[in-house]
Amino acid sequence: MARAVMYDNIRRAGTFLAPSALALPLMAMVAPGARAEGMPQLDFGNPYVIGQVIWGAGIFLVLYLLLSRSALPKVEKVLSLRRQTIETDLGIAHKAKTRADEAVADLHEARRKALADAQANVDKVVEEARLAAARQTEEMNARLATEIQDAETRIAQARGQALASVREISTTTAETLIHQLSGIAAPADFVTAKVGSAAAARGL
Amino acid sequence: MAAGSSIDALGQFELHPVLGALGESLRFSQSPMMMIVAAIVVLAFLYVGMRPAAVVPGRLQSAAEMCYDFIYNMAVDTIGPEGRAFFPFVFTLFFFILAGNYLGLLPFSFAFTSHIAVTLALALMVFCLSIIVSLKVQGAKFFAHFMPAGAPKALAPLLIPIEILSFLSRPVSLSIRLFANMVAGHVMFDMFAAFTIMLAGLGFFGDIIAVGPVVINIALMALELLVGALQAYVFAILTCIYLREAVAH
Repeated sequence: MARAVMYDNIRRAGTFLAPSALALPLMAMVAPGARAEGMPQLDFGNPYVIGQVIWGAGIFLVLYLLLSRSALPKVEKVLSLRRQTIETDLGIAHKAKTRADEAVADLHEARRKALADAQANVDKVVEEARLAAARQTEEMNARLATEIQDAETRIAQARGQALASVREISTTTAETLIHQLSGIAAPADFVTAKVGSAAAARGL
Repeated sequence: MAAGSSIDALGQFELHPVLGALGESLRFSQSPMMMIVAAIVVLAFLYVGMRPAAVVPGRLQSAAEMCYDFIYNMAVDTIGPEGRAFFPFVFTLFFFILAGNYLGLLPFSFAFTSHIAVTLALALMVFCLSIIVSLKVQGAKFFAHFMPAGAPKALAPLLIPIEILSFLSRPVSLSIRLFANMVAGHVMFDMFAAFTIMLAGLGFFGDIIAVGPVVINIALMALELLVGALQAYVFAILTCIYLREAVAH
């Protein structure tokens, strides 16, 4: 029961509050009892109205002089010092960067030169090795050719000697065979002639 | 502010002497007092901020340098290379108005920029400076600007008065813009604060409703922070534009 009464009061207050809240700006303009006797700012008969202008002129002048002669130059000094410091530091940094770039360029140049020198040395060594190998091969070939030639000469000599002995051996073998088979000693000239003709027929 | 059921939103702009009899004799009200406070705040901001004078700045020094750069760039970009000569003036103008606008947002404070006499004096100072610079740089050619180039000469009797009127309206628009914005903001603050007090007198439900104007005032404070900076910027940039026209050959 009490709660219902309270809700009822709140509803009534709400119906009163809502339009009141909406009417607040309007109330500001048409508030009953608001005095409209005039603006004190327009009361130029009041000596303080003009007095504040004179005081204001003096205060503004003093403020201007203090700002322009002291406070603002102080700020400008700090700002220019900062600009100068930054420019100096930037200059140092640029110089350091230039030096570093030059050092890097020198390093690259030295590296490139070292690579070129190394490559040239490698090429030279390889060429020398190739020439040495070729020379050795040539010498070896020459030596082998000489040895082959010597061997062939020796073979030819041996062959010649062997071929020169073929008729003698054949003659001796033929005399021995004739003697063994027939018991007759064949005439040496006859056997030699026959062996000679047989060898000639065979190209020996 | 709120007296019974009445709201006096304009009472906050009344000027009263401060420092007793001395202030009364010197016509020294809360307005010049806040001007002095504004000048001290601006100077303290720069002097304290720049005290370390470090190459790598701290937060306050960075803020001071950013303010310097902001106004310097505004002056030089808008006026041109000649803007360097006017930079201290534009800087003073901008921060004097900005500090005045923001100090006026503090409780028990006073916004001297909400007085047309002050804003008009500032605007007239800019106006006179621009005329002096124009006459010095352009000489008699300055008056030729009142006749738009290329316009038929037959229209001169019509165009020249319009141009002169337009030129003379500069200090009026410059001063009223700042004055009206600051007055409107402070009146709104006062009105909604008065609503809170008036609604709080209605009992339990009044207390609840009274939260509404407080919330609105919080939002208004954010708006006024924006307006305060924006109006100082508008005043400074228009000053730069007038000076650019003055130094242009």
